[in-house]
Amino acid sequence: MEVRVWRGAAQGRFEAFEVPRQPSQTVLDVVTHIQRHLDPTLSYRFACRVGMCGSCAMTVNGKPRWTCRTHVDNVERDGKLEIAPLANLPVVKDLVADMQEFFDKWSRAGGAFKPGATRADAFASVDPASPARREADAGVECIGCGVCYAACDVVKWNRDYLGPAALNRAWTLVNDVRDAGQADRLRAVAGDAGCHSCHTMMSCTEHCPKKLSPTRSIAGLKRATWRLALYAPEDG
Amino acid sequence: MSARRETFLWVAQRATAVVLALCVFVHLATIIYAVRGGLSAADILGRTRGSIAWGAFYSAFVIAAAIHGAIGLRNVAGEWLGLRGEVSEVAMTVVAVAMTILGLRAVAAVVVG
Repeated sequence: MEVRVWRGAAQGRFEAFEVPRQPSQTVLDVVTHIQRHLDPTLSYRFACRVGMCGSCAMTVNGKPRWTCRTHVDNVERDGKLEIAPLANLPVVKDLVADMQEFFDKWSRAGGAFKPGATRADAFASVDPASPARREADAGVECIGCGVCYAACDVVKWNRDYLGPAALNRAWTLVNDVRDAGQADRLRAVAGDAGCHSCHTMMSCTEHCPKKLSPTRSIAGLKRATWRLALYAPEDG
Repeated sequence: MSARRETFLWVAQRATAVVLALCVFVHLATIIYAVRGGLSAADILGRTRGSIAWGAFYSAFVIAAAIHGAIGLRNVAGEWLGLRGEVSEVAMTVVAVAMTILGLRAVAAVVVG
C-alpha cells in the first residue's frame, strides 16, 4: 500500500512510503510501522490506542479521524492513504498538531466547573433522568481529540471562534445544576467568537468519532444565552 | 461587543427570517393570483392605492428585510472579508437605514401615490 505522509511543519511536503497491508490494520498501525521500520524521525502522537485518550487524531485521505479506531479497509482509496496533521491547528512537526489553542478555548468558554457549595452543604442530588442531566450526559463523553475542531469551517473563517468541542463542554456545564458560574459562562460563549457564529452545517457532528452532537449543544447554548440576555440586563 | 447585544442581533435575524418567510409567501401568492387576468401598472396601483393593509404589509416586509439583510451582511463581512468591530457595525447600520428609507419610499409610492 502506498502511504503519503506529511513531513515538516506549516511548510513541508508529502513523503511516500510502502507499507505492507495487514488484516484489521488501523491507520495508527500504519504510522507506527513507518516510524519503527522505515523512518524513525517521523513524529506523531498517540497514547491509549483504544479510542479513549483523544491524542491520535489526524487527517486521513482529507478527513479528520481518530486513527487508532480507523481501519485502513474503510478509508483507503485505490489502495492509497494520505495522512496529514489535523487542520485548523498549527503544525509542530509531521503529524503532530499544536493543541494549545484548542484547549485554551475550552478555558475561554468557561470549560472549568465552578463549585457553588461548601463542605457544610449536603451532597447535590442529581436525578439521572432529569432533562438537564440527560443533556449533559449527551455531550459529556467528549475525549478532546480535536476532530470536530479540524472539521469546522467556522473555525477556518474565524480564528477566534471557540469551536465545537469547547462549546459542547460549556453546554454540559450549563446543564450541571451544581455549577455556580452560569452567567459568566453564557456571556463567554455568546457572540461572534461563540455559539452565534455556528452555521449549523453539522460537520462536527458528522465527524465526531464518539457520535456526539456538538451542533445540538451549540443550539442549546443559543437558547440559554437568549434567556440570559432577556433576564439579566446588567450584562455590559 | 457585548454578549447581550450579539445575542439580540442573532435573535433579531432569526425573528425577521420568520417574518420574511411569511411575507415572501404572501407576496408570491399575490403575484400568481394577480397576473391571471394580465398584468398592468394600473391593476397594481388599483389594488395598493389607499390600502392601509397593503401599506402595513409591505412596510413590515421592508423593515424585516432591512434588519435581516444588514445583520447578514455584517456576518458575511466578518467571515469572508475579516471585517469586524466598529467598521462593520457602522456599515451594518448604514445599510439598514438605507434599505429602510429606500424601501419605505417605494411603499409610499404605490400606496400613497
